[in-house]
Amino acid sequence: MRVWKFGDNIDTDAIIPGRYLTIYDPRELASHAFEGTRDEFSKNAREGDIVVGGSNFGCGSSREHAPLALSGAGIHFIIAQSFARIFYRNAINVGLLPLICPDAGEIRDGSEISVRIREGYIEYGERRLTFEPVPEFLQNIIDAGGLVEFGRDRKEVPLCTKSQ
Amino acid sequence: MNYMGSTVTEKIFAGKCGREVTAGEVVMAEIDAAMIHDITGPLAIKKFYEMDGDMVFNPESVILLLDHQIPADSIPAAENHVYMRRFAEEQQIQNYDLREGICHQVVMEKGRALPGQIVVGADSHTCMYGAGGAFATGIGSTDMGFVLKFGALYFRVPESIKVAVSGSFAERVGAKDLILAIAKDLGADGATYKSLEFLGETIRNMEMAGRMTCCNMAIEMGAKAGIIPPDEITHEYFAKRVKNYERIHLESDEDAVYALKKDFDVTDLSPQVAVPHNVDLARDVEDVAGTHIDQVFIGSCTNGRFEDLQEAARVLGERKFSDSVRVIVIPASREEYLKSLRAGFIERFVEAGALVEAPCCGPCMGGAFGLLAPGEVSLSTSNRNFRGRQGSTEASVYLCSPATAAASAIFGEITDPREV
Ligand code: SF4
Repeated sequence: MRVWKFGDNIDTDAIIPGRYLTIYDPRELASHAFEGTRDEFSKNAREGDIVVGGSNFGCGSSREHAPLALSGAGIHFIIAQSFARIFYRNAINVGLLPLICPDAGEIRDGSEISVRIREGYIEYGERRLTFEPVPEFLQNIIDAGGLVEFGRDRKEVPLCTKSQ
Repeated sequence: MNYMGSTVTEKIFAGKCGREVTAGEVVMAEIDAAMIHDITGPLAIKKFYEMDGDMVFNPESVILLLDHQIPADSIPAAENHVYMRRFAEEQQIQNYDLREGICHQVVMEKGRALPGQIVVGADSHTCMYGAGGAFATGIGSTDMGFVLKFGALYFRVPESIKVAVSGSFAERVGAKDLILAIAKDLGADGATYKSLEFLGETIRNMEMAGRMTCCNMAIEMGAKAGIIPPDEITHEYFAKRVKNYERIHLESDEDAVYALKKDFDVTDLSPQVAVPHNVDLARDVEDVAGTHIDQVFIGSCTNGRFEDLQEAARVLGERKFSDSVRVIVIPASREEYLKSLRAGFIERFVEAGALVEAPCCGPCMGGAFGLLAPGEVSLSTSNRNFRGRQGSTEASVYLCSPATAAASAIFGEITDPREV
């Protein structure tokens, strides 16, 4: 799938500017993704394309509009050397999988890659780049189908006051 | 209960869980308070309903207000406000609506985030409540929907970075300059997933206003929280605001384990200016003095308090602002507005040529008013200078203290406040 490569410190204002935060529909948000910083993304991104960033991807605000805009554009995976904390959680919660890959910097814009989730690597030309496994508690949320499903299926949650 | 070798952050989680907790552990912890506003709130409410939420975990623990796009600047914004109001009514949540000011300031003023508590907000600068000794962190809307339903959330208990600050500030240098210098040193991701614990004599001597400025910007280094152990200044602040306020003792143990320790001495610190387009690009004001500016914004949850406006008013003195700049002043809350009004600052700003707006986020959120055209330059006391943050992606935003903002507004270019 085609790679959309970005640099370090891609912030949530760049992913979706503040003036579009009254929109909640992922497809509509997608039409403004990276507006003013990389306009061709919203025009040309296709279902299944992959966003690759450097370090600290998704820094800045807690707006869930950012991962929603990317998922509305058809993105399922974001690969980066590191993610900002809130963005990482938000991405998982909306069904977008953030993969921490130390070698993400080597992946070139426009190249074709495929993500082998089960096998735990990314196929990039001849190379296999590994990514870190998702922490277990978040994997449970992914397995449930997202946090909404996880939350809907429960009346209460096991608090840390109970011995585990 | 005391477990040896714990940081303040670990102790707060241990208090919640009733057992020893160490950094790295993942816990489902009960939440003491949760804040939602007009931008991220509507989506959080939708998620709450999608999770078959019926009644929120505790209406008295939910803080609901409108501050980002107020008064409504578009029909969709107005619709969001209606949606939030309906939710408040349906759930019997006290609604501060658009009357009180910027969410973070209001939470502090109303004593809704107290020492030792765990507080979440659907806004990244929720980390500001650490100034009052709470563990507070920003979360997304889906996580907030979950919190509204269950009153709890998964946390990975963060490691802490100890930031020890010593020395006294020079005249017209203060908390904002310090935190910009720290951001420069640690970098935009230097504290990712960590808790930044601010300690040392300089912090001890700082009023709550300055402490809030520091903790507010912990997120700009990627931190999950900023925290200052409560002391007499903290207790006095809350004792005035909270009925039956309980003074608790909360401090890291001497043998607590930190991921990193940093020392800063502010004695020779120059006023700092973060240049476009990242918060960690701080420079001494001397190095950017003379830079042309089109707009000056004094306000935001970082620097819109009485003390900030006082500092700006002192620098301004009896002068006027330059005709070549648009000066926008926005107090962070109704309380700060009234105090500043009574002290005469507001009159002075208006006389000097500023626009003074009612408490709200204003230009800081980049989607309401005060936006920049391509090529324009803003100097702002807020916390982010990302490309496009205050309007066009071809505009530039510089960040600074209220003193530097006021000095620069007088001369129409970035100016060292010590020379005014
Ligand atoms: S003032 Fe700015 S940083 Fe603070 S809550 Fe409002 S938009 Fe966010």
